[in-house]
Amino acid sequence: MKAMILKEFRQLRRDRRTVAMLVAIPIVLLTVFGYAASFDIERIPTAVLGPAVGTTNPLVDTQPDVFEIVHVDPAGTADDAHDLLRDGKAIIAVVTGTPTTVYVDGTEIFAAQSALRQAGSLPDGVRVEVLFNPELSTANIMVPGLIGFVLLAVGTIITSLGVVKERAEGTIEQLAVLPLKPRDVILGKIAPYFLVGVLDLVLITVVGLLLFDVPFRGSILMFAVGGLLFLFVALGFGVLISTVSQSQGEAIQLAIMVMVPQILLSGMIFPLTSMPLGVRWISYCLPLTYFVQIMRGVFLKAAPFASLTIPYLILTLMAVAVFALAVLRFRRDLAPTGRRGAAEEVAA
Amino acid sequence: MTWGVEHLTVRFGHTTAVEDVSLAAEPHRVSAVVGGDGAGKTTLLRVLAGIPIRHEGSVTAPERRRIGYVPAAGGVFDDLTVAENLSFTGGAYRVPDIAAAAAPLLERTGLAPFTGRLAGDLSGGMRRKLAVVGAMLHSPDLLILDEPTTGVDPVSRSDLWRLIGAAATGGAAVVVSSAYLDESERASSVTVLHRGRSLVAGTPDEVRASLPGSVVVVDEPADRSRAWRQGRRWREWVPDGSPDGVAPTLEDVLIAAGLAEEEASR
Repeated sequence: MKAMILKEFRQLRRDRRTVAMLVAIPIVLLTVFGYAASFDIERIPTAVLGPAVGTTNPLVDTQPDVFEIVHVDPAGTADDAHDLLRDGKAIIAVVTGTPTTVYVDGTEIFAAQSALRQAGSLPDGVRVEVLFNPELSTANIMVPGLIGFVLLAVGTIITSLGVVKERAEGTIEQLAVLPLKPRDVILGKIAPYFLVGVLDLVLITVVGLLLFDVPFRGSILMFAVGGLLFLFVALGFGVLISTVSQSQGEAIQLAIMVMVPQILLSGMIFPLTSMPLGVRWISYCLPLTYFVQIMRGVFLKAAPFASLTIPYLILTLMAVAVFALAVLRFRRDLAPTGRRGAAEEVAA
Repeated sequence: MTWGVEHLTVRFGHTTAVEDVSLAAEPHRVSAVVGGDGAGKTTLLRVLAGIPIRHEGSVTAPERRRIGYVPAAGGVFDDLTVAENLSFTGGAYRVPDIAAAAAPLLERTGLAPFTGRLAGDLSGGMRRKLAVVGAMLHSPDLLILDEPTTGVDPVSRSDLWRLIGAAATGGAAVVVSSAYLDESERASSVTVLHRGRSLVAGTPDEVRASLPGSVVVVDEPADRSRAWRQGRRWREWVPDGSPDGVAPTLEDVLIAAGLAEEEASR
């Protein structure tokens, strides 16, 4: 047994990635996720509108530290409040007047619950209205995010396994010498996964809508564009992982390292507003964060494109960057030495 | 047209895998590259096949669609059937009638009854034969085979060499690497590699004649550092020659040349 233990330790020592996974990553994960994994709402971006913005505010005054006023508009109306919540500029909008109405963004479920608890102690005559997700259904906010998670899993893990398999079995060398353009190899390799991803996107959306009764209020086109952009990012991650992995085991390790932060930090489970700024910036670097914003906007808020321009733009940039990097790295494995015809080649 | 490499040097970090090696591959000829493990055979063949590896020296090869290459490992897609493997390779090489091109090769290699079988379910020898058939499907001008017979049973080895011979007869320049020196006797020319360097090159007769000194067969060698067992007896390299010297085999030349190289470098 001693020999066996010694052998395992020797092999483990040489497998630096696994050692990193076992030692360094847990510390990083614990620290980051310890801060991120919080349902406690310490700050709720709040808008105050209407003629009485300067007077005592029945909700904000209850906990001025929590209800952070981010927008004040004496001329604002109920429609403006609706737009502010839809565009994600505030989670609570208080429209002063007669009667005073507190609008709450139901897609920010924890912030909404916190606000509703405060609303219980509001004076008579103050009306509270939850928008977009009036029943505060968890399924309504989770399903749009879970679509992203499934796409990430299919796109990243399955693609990386499919590509790294060629390397592990030595067939990538075969592909490199075949008279195929690197572009053809890459597109041919990715196309089936892309189609499977599209099928998954449609399938899980339909199942989500039917099984969990999640409303779909927005544009199908915006949904499709968001889904396809995110699929490109996921496929790009998959190819990228495969170019730095020698085996399917390594690819799975890396895919998990790419996926776990996205699940925990994207706002899919834990609200971004609960995360300290030191962790929240990581969320803003993750594509799932923007996908979740787009999908919740499309499914629940019927958000127009104008209110989701930034997430679409960032997701597009990420898709282009990740996919281009992936293709370039994969191409490096396949690129011929530049022969043309029966030319003689002299390399430096 | 003669293909090949001239003064090829390949370095991986501080390790020199191939140093100043030249190799000519002519149509209708089989050129063998022989050497032990780590001699640089695979690197040499990979550069010739056009796999992107940083190197010095010149490489002359036909365009990619006129090259057939079987790597040392793999060469077939395990989760495709024999027919699907050939369909993919033939499609990539734009072979007009893949079935017609494959039929005689499948017959010759005994693979014809197994076209519906997954490549991963074939024996090692049959998989290597399938890889060679795939590389020959488009009648390449340059056929590069990296140790096609390693780990293959004698019958399949014989089949493979018949296939290699047929490719050369058909006009291809064939470059084949092997660790089995007896096989190299079948080649038109032999290049002996040792630790990345070309020790000797020429026809098998020329290579045998290039032996420095003699090889003797003895029961007890005078110098064990220059001797190796063959059956119950020893073969010993005598650098200064011996009247008892026997006709050397290619294996003798390879070992003796390696010993001479090592002694010279001390």
